[in-house]
Amino acid sequence: MAVSSVARVLARTVTHALVGLDARRVEVEAHLQLGVPGFAIVGLADRACQEAKERVRSGIASAELEWPVRRITVNLAPAELRKEGSGFDLPIALAVLAASRQVPPEALGGHAAVGELALDGRLRPVGGVLAAAEGARQAGLSHLLCAAESAAEAALAGVEPVPVHHLAEAVAYLRGEWQPPPPDSLVVSNGNGSGPAVPDLADVRGQERARRALELAAAGGHNLLLGGPPGTGKTMLARRLPGILPRLPPDEALEVTRIHSVAGLLAPGQPLVTVPPFRAPHHTASVSAIVGGGPSPRPGEASLAHRGVLFLDELAEFPRNALEALRQPLEDGAVSIARVGGRIVFPARFQLVATMNLCPCGARGDPAAECSCSAARLAAYRDKLSRALLDRFDLVVTAPRPRARELEGAPAEASEPVRLRVSIARDQARGEPLQRTKPANVLLSRAVERLPLSARGRARVARVAGTAALLAGAEAVAPEHVAEALSYRSPAELGTP
Amino acid sequence: MSDLALAAFAAETGAHLVEEPRERRFDRFRRAFDEGEYRASLLARNLRFVGRNEPEYPPLLRELHDPPPGLFVRTSAELGLLRRPAVAIVGARACSAYGSQVARLLARKLAAAGVVVVSGLARGIDGEAHRGALDAGGTTVAVLGCGIDRDYPAAHAQLAARICDHGLVVSEYAPGVEPAPWRFPARNRVIAALAAATVVVEARERSGALITADFALEAGREVFAVPGEITSTLSSGTNALLRLGATPLTSATDVLEALGVDAPEPPPLELDEDATQVLDVLAAAAAGVDELVRGTGLDAAAVATALAELELAGAVTEAEGVYRGVRP
Repeated sequence: MAVSSVARVLARTVTHALVGLDARRVEVEAHLQLGVPGFAIVGLADRACQEAKERVRSGIASAELEWPVRRITVNLAPAELRKEGSGFDLPIALAVLAASRQVPPEALGGHAAVGELALDGRLRPVGGVLAAAEGARQAGLSHLLCAAESAAEAALAGVEPVPVHHLAEAVAYLRGEWQPPPPDSLVVSNGNGSGPAVPDLADVRGQERARRALELAAAGGHNLLLGGPPGTGKTMLARRLPGILPRLPPDEALEVTRIHSVAGLLAPGQPLVTVPPFRAPHHTASVSAIVGGGPSPRPGEASLAHRGVLFLDELAEFPRNALEALRQPLEDGAVSIARVGGRIVFPARFQLVATMNLCPCGARGDPAAECSCSAARLAAYRDKLSRALLDRFDLVVTAPRPRARELEGAPAEASEPVRLRVSIARDQARGEPLQRTKPANVLLSRAVERLPLSARGRARVARVAGTAALLAGAEAVAPEHVAEALSYRSPAELGTP
Repeated sequence: MSDLALAAFAAETGAHLVEEPRERRFDRFRRAFDEGEYRASLLARNLRFVGRNEPEYPPLLRELHDPPPGLFVRTSAELGLLRRPAVAIVGARACSAYGSQVARLLARKLAAAGVVVVSGLARGIDGEAHRGALDAGGTTVAVLGCGIDRDYPAAHAQLAARICDHGLVVSEYAPGVEPAPWRFPARNRVIAALAAATVVVEARERSGALITADFALEAGREVFAVPGEITSTLSSGTNALLRLGATPLTSATDVLEALGVDAPEPPPLELDEDATQVLDVLAAAAAGVDELVRGTGLDAAAVATALAELELAGAVTEAEGVYRGVRP
């Protein structure tokens, strides 16, 4: 066989590798040479990426295309960037096919590709398509070849998705023999999409105080700590918070979707996350599971709860270092993870909701039970939570066990009217902050004197009072709003008098 | 004037001494002991020593058959307040919400009437008693069972510092003495002796607070016990005291009457309609916010507002989510 010119045996496709939440452009070069037939992938590809060899080979065979009997070298450039995952299958396959002239190389211009190949040539969706699509748009590429399931997600970034079900379809498209369905057939969920079913507040009987605190938390984005003996419905209430939060505005929905896409958490058929996320990690979770981490850092629960709710059930059971690690995102709204290779920042602006018992045995606060905890054990339990962390909770509610007759009451208010009030309060909060009336200031100063209230505690009370006033539709913060806010200050038994 | 030498010697040997021991070692120690230098070192640490024969030594303490050779004192206040009428409030470390609320309220009322509240700086009832007295802007005395320079328990170091501002932290033990279990009964005898009456708020059977009550009875002082539920083990000690003839405590006025101190007229409460309604429901029984919502027909926000106002006025207290009304 005659020696071909280099141009005839080399082809390129473009894809994107994820670094944190950002997509970095990766060129996939395939080169065919004479020699012992073989297939090598170079360019810092991890194990899942190396295994692409087998999938690509089977995929090409299943698509009834020809596997070139050449020495094939695939280079993922830039070589110093670590490539992970199976999203490189499609671009590698297309590069090999283009290098062997089974698809015209020039047809790949203006296209990026991402997707995993099944052994029968079908295309499987991968995580991070939204980020890849945004990367493609920034790189000036107009089209993204991706799995059909990911098309709607890619469309969110403003590139034109080319949804393909099978490698053969991708080849046919590039040869100009097949056109994808027009984009309007892609159902992009609009703002009021149903989303996953959220439990309703109407299921909760009694618990007027905790419900009120939940409404304040939703309206003001306050962190909420629910204390009390087990079985008082703390967890049940907390799980109903997303149902009374307003839907995410478009820009925030996109932020959340990007994170969830990278984590591979998007529900099929729900490309855009419009309901504030609710994340409830178990208390055995490690520090990196909560704030993110790993050799090539991935978002943790704190970031997955971005613009939503991070719910920590049994707060005192979490490892102390995991809780302390939450202080940075609570303060800055972001997690930054430093690695030798650089620093990655994940957004993590979440609302923290936690529950805890009042003592390790759980009997405290329950009139029907007697606490069997020793003073030392009790102290150790409370010492687990640093004051710095407890200070972040604007609202602290201790709910004693309800009596049986409270549970027989009429069904309580449902989530929808509460959500309406919360939305109105949030809309008003965007305007000028409410002023405190003079009597309200007098009351606040009196409380600072009378109660052991720190400067931070004072600010906390002022914030909650502002929210109470907004919910009441008041013109200014009145004394009754300050008084109500005072009643949620951390009680002495939780460590912050 | 060898009281200080005796106290310093006791600290060095780790013994509990109230009489000068007839041994060579002590004689040698006393000869080598430089009292002026020791007092200077105490003063440098903001500590003082009141010997048994000094006029500031509390007269009630001198009535003991084994009065401590002297008291080490840590304070920025006057020593003279040791002569004011005092009441000891003692009880369990692991107390219930009821116990801690009663201790705090009682201390508030007594302190407001000018009575000095004496307790042991321990967790639980003791700590609440000190806090209640401080809340009311009154004076309180903490008696330690370890060296005067130690804060035991460490968690109450800040509380001890607050007590020092307006009250006293005292100990019969010189700086450097470690807390040891056997020192606490000895400490309890000082608590009982300093006070004209002792109130036991909550105690299990065989509680340290009962030892204090025993010392008080021995010294011929009044002993009050706060009645508790007969089913609760936390109240078994106090209820046993009542059965033996202790005076049941129903309000702070009982104590003030026994001391012959006039209770100050409580300032009239100006309450709005909601607050009055909440207080009426609380008068029947302690309740959580949810029960108050049902009892008053107000919404949760209004009840929370009323409760905060009542709390600021000192008319209710809260523990573990349960509010209790305070009889004026």
